[in-house]
Amino acid sequence: MLSQAYADTIRCVPGLPLNFYLRAHKVRYVIEFHNVHKTYRVAGKDIPALHSTSLRIESGQVFGLIGHSGAGKSTLLRLINRLETPSGGQIIVDNEDVTAMDSNGLRRFRQQVGMIFQHFNLLASKTVADNVAMPLTLAGELSRSAIDQRVAELLERVGLSDHAKKYPAQLSGGQKQRVGIARALATKPKVLLCDEATSALDPQTTASVLQLLAEINRELKLTIVLITHEMDVIRRVCDVVAVMDAGVIVEQGPVAEVFLHPKHPTTRRFVQEDEQIDESEQRDDFAHVPGRIVRLTFQGEATYAPLLGTIARETGVDYSILAGRIDRIKDTPYGQLTLAITGGDMEAAFARFIAADVHMEVLR
Amino acid sequence: METFLGFFANIDWYEIWLATGDTMVMLSGSLLFTVLLGLPLGILLFLCSPRQLLEQKNLYAALSFVVNILRSLPFIILLVVMIPFTVMITGTSLGVAGAIPPLVVGATPFFARLVETAFREVDRGIIEATQAMGANTRQIITNALLPEARPGIFAAITVTAITLVGYTAMAGVVGAGGLGDLAIRFGYQRFQPDVMIVTVVLLLILVQILQTVGDRLVVHFSRK
Repeated sequence: MLSQAYADTIRCVPGLPLNFYLRAHKVRYVIEFHNVHKTYRVAGKDIPALHSTSLRIESGQVFGLIGHSGAGKSTLLRLINRLETPSGGQIIVDNEDVTAMDSNGLRRFRQQVGMIFQHFNLLASKTVADNVAMPLTLAGELSRSAIDQRVAELLERVGLSDHAKKYPAQLSGGQKQRVGIARALATKPKVLLCDEATSALDPQTTASVLQLLAEINRELKLTIVLITHEMDVIRRVCDVVAVMDAGVIVEQGPVAEVFLHPKHPTTRRFVQEDEQIDESEQRDDFAHVPGRIVRLTFQGEATYAPLLGTIARETGVDYSILAGRIDRIKDTPYGQLTLAITGGDMEAAFARFIAADVHMEVLR
Repeated sequence: METFLGFFANIDWYEIWLATGDTMVMLSGSLLFTVLLGLPLGILLFLCSPRQLLEQKNLYAALSFVVNILRSLPFIILLVVMIPFTVMITGTSLGVAGAIPPLVVGATPFFARLVETAFREVDRGIIEATQAMGANTRQIITNALLPEARPGIFAAITVTAITLVGYTAMAGVVGAGGLGDLAIRFGYQRFQPDVMIVTVVLLLILVQILQTVGDRLVVHFSRK
């Protein structure tokens, strides 16, 4: 928490050019949106799908975009490889201006960007191996034997070596998406776009596909942009999340920050959906509970420290746990507990929590 | 046995054999040209249609109009209207050679529409995925659309072949030869029911074979 605050102050020092920080932090942005907007023309009317948006995605990050259907996240994703043409603004991917490319340049550029889809979009008429080979065959740069070798490597990576000769119809949903991932990685892209890649899968399969994506991100240093409507997907794999509503990014930041301290109503709704909490119902439930009610958020090491017991003993307060969750956000453990606190030196207890790097919200 | 053989007294089996051969030549010749012309036409119709890869509203409307005119013309009328054109191409309006041009002109628009439908049935997601790989329009057609639409195209060829069997029988009216010609000249005009029955049975067998082979090919390429 503190280190985050410290980083914020550094960023805010006035008078220094942005480049200074880019060098200082060794941050490289692989995707940049400058005032990009997109309007569709439907039946003579202009329908805005994405309002003017500026955005930067760091190289090697897993960037999640969450929003309800129609929020514009799918449009934003498709603007990155120009499956959608922007109505205005500039999009830079890996130092190339995507908005200025001619059709040949665009085709070469698209070979550097992998994409996977909700409904997999595999060719039913081709075997698993031929599906994975397709981007390489289209690029036409490798010999047949080099392609075969690359396909074997890719199938090995996604754990489908035994299924090379099968057709997509013979595979399960999770296996199909693995083929989709292998296909997207064929040309060794710098960026992988995931369009609701797990929305058609059951929870267990979703977990294994997300694990594969996290593995790829780690081992290949591949930047991943994924869109989803499930907070759980964001929590499992993303480093940074942007929340979209009605064509606007309403909140953006590190996943732990956004997830544990949501500010915008849309973000709050997503977090509550994920935790299956109904805020007004909870307020009614807590109405008859005596004492102060606080919500404590522990992150990282603090999650496992025996803080609660120690502080209660030393300050003489009593507590009862009303609600709570201990879980992980990507690789960081966290805990969030709602407590009712009675008796003792309450102020001292609160001061101790804050001193121990625990985020505290007083609810009542 | 006596009466059974007596019933087929009018039949000249050699004539039947020749007529069957004529029908087969007309059918295969016209089917070949129909596919060669209709497949590109169908692909063009698909690509130009609204919200497709090469959306061309005016071209689509023009092609669609021509196709609709040819399809609404009764084949028997087309046979007669085509005579000068047929003579120009083949030098005759008679016999097998004279029948093939009107058969092709009659069947091509029909086949092209079926091809357009087969392409339209390919999931849009497949086109999007292929575009995202950096494919150009030609590559999308040859690497994604054609293989994916293959079962539909084989079904279209089967339906067109069977339609052509019916058309070849009609072409007998303008002296094209073949089984239909025999059925009309001997079976109908000379009241020889035995000739009628034999030719109809042979046409029926032909249609059955075409449908069975077509269905097998569709299943083979479906992979579902």
